[in-house]
Amino acid sequence: MVIEIFTLVLIVSTIAAALAALLVVSEHFISNYGPCQLTINEERKLTVQGGRSLLSTLQEQKIFIPSACGGRGTCGVCKVKVLDGGGAVLPTETPFLTKEDLQEGVRLSCQVKIRKDMAIEIPRALFQIRQFKCRCSRIEDLTYDMKRFHFELVNPDTIQFVAGQYVQLKCPKYKGNNEEVYRAYSIASDPKENQAIDLIIRRAPKGICTTWCFDYLKEGDPVEITGPYGEFHLSDTQAPMVFVAGGSGMAPFVSILWHMKNTASKREAVYFFGGNSARDLCLSEQMEQFSRDLPTFTFVPVVAKPEPESGWKGQTGLVTEAVSRHYKDLSGHEGYLCGSPGMIDAAIAVFEGLGMTAGKIYYDKFV
Amino acid sequence: MNSLGAEIWQAVVVCFAAVFTNNILLSYFLGMCPFTAVSREVRTAGGLGAAVVFVMTFTCILNWMAYRYVLVPLHLEFFRFILFIIIIAAFVQLVEMLIDRFSPALYQSLGIFLPLITVNCAILGASLFMIIREYSLIVTIGYGFGSGVGWLLAILAMAGIRQRFNESRVPEGLRGPGITLIIAGLMALAFIGFTGVLS
Repeated sequence: MVIEIFTLVLIVSTIAAALAALLVVSEHFISNYGPCQLTINEERKLTVQGGRSLLSTLQEQKIFIPSACGGRGTCGVCKVKVLDGGGAVLPTETPFLTKEDLQEGVRLSCQVKIRKDMAIEIPRALFQIRQFKCRCSRIEDLTYDMKRFHFELVNPDTIQFVAGQYVQLKCPKYKGNNEEVYRAYSIASDPKENQAIDLIIRRAPKGICTTWCFDYLKEGDPVEITGPYGEFHLSDTQAPMVFVAGGSGMAPFVSILWHMKNTASKREAVYFFGGNSARDLCLSEQMEQFSRDLPTFTFVPVVAKPEPESGWKGQTGLVTEAVSRHYKDLSGHEGYLCGSPGMIDAAIAVFEGLGMTAGKIYYDKFV
Repeated sequence: MNSLGAEIWQAVVVCFAAVFTNNILLSYFLGMCPFTAVSREVRTAGGLGAAVVFVMTFTCILNWMAYRYVLVPLHLEFFRFILFIIIIAAFVQLVEMLIDRFSPALYQSLGIFLPLITVNCAILGASLFMIIREYSLIVTIGYGFGSGVGWLLAILAMAGIRQRFNESRVPEGLRGPGITLIIAGLMALAFIGFTGVLS
């Protein structure tokens, strides 16, 4: 009996080992794509090892394509124009690609595998994107569920960004999270201050990265970011502006207001900031300071359901209702929005209802 | 020489029988899971079917050899289930690599069902039937190939029917797997018509 069990184990192990060896050898031959040449914007030529996704290969080459889901093909952000060598469009990409995307050869770089020489086109601005090693030097509570994180840049030690842009924060593995992920957060600090950045983060229930930021990240810890990304910034016109934000949507507007202060802007701007209750509001003092420094800027906090004990005296109701109470006609205005998709869609409807042209509405949706 | 010829003839007969009269899917109802899940499109269904033919033919041969030359001499026949599954798993891995290399689009559309061929009971079923029926190696080749082709034929027919079905108005409660199983039942009834053609 013992001998039988022994031979059984031996046989199974031998067969399994032989099969595993066979697989390793065949993988070496079948999945080996050899070195491939990657041509970027018809000027930069890189020789890379084939067989991996375009996104991770570019990341290795220090070219950071924005991606919110970290390469799982669920966010559709990492679009790249593939001119040659991309192969057929995969079924995992089609839900994210529009008709124009398909015609122009736009693909999701996390799904396209480099199998042969490839030519791609990426916006020049992406070359400016760097990876920064930072130190988290200060964490402040803004509300019961929002914190402001101050990151000092270590290497490289300066960052150039436009007010309104965002960075991606690397969330490492921790207990309960077994993969590294990147999440996007808007920069909430003065663009002139280029040796550190602030991020405003609101705790998301079961959020992988926010849980790490709130429960694991301590002052003095090293953090890694990439950036800056994003097209959300003030236009070059002098048109009067309406800002609408909720929760951590506050972040890009802090940066934008610093920029307006730095340039002594005379543009008219009204900032509607919405919260469910009075305890959701934050940075009131800083906003008052901006109102004093910028004569053409008005801050309007709006509370949807003020608790009686809070003694709230300001505007009540939804932030979009406050906008329609304040304005009769928005046809000459520009709109800037940052917040949840629901709030943004509602605000766009209100703006358009008041005559604002769709091309004059700029927004940064949370994903 | 004569016996070899007879064996090849038997293999051909067994092969045809496996395709039509003893279709592994429509007579034994093995491998229903990918059959209902991947039969929306003829192209994808054909791809999966081809992968099943390939895997089934070669795993039948490999399993026959492993059984005859390893398990029987050591009197470990009871162990065949686990050994067969290990061999099938390794082989599916190989097929996965090949498809990823040569047809990335097919690889993506098969998705999880490609590695799931491993636990497709039709494949294990074919290997077990050939042992129970005491086929020789040559007959086994015919049987494995025939069973695979039978499965391919069934899923192709189903995908064709379902594609035509796209425009028809199926009662809401029957949409999806419900109507698919009813079609499978009707197809199985039709295949009964082949009974007795080959013995």
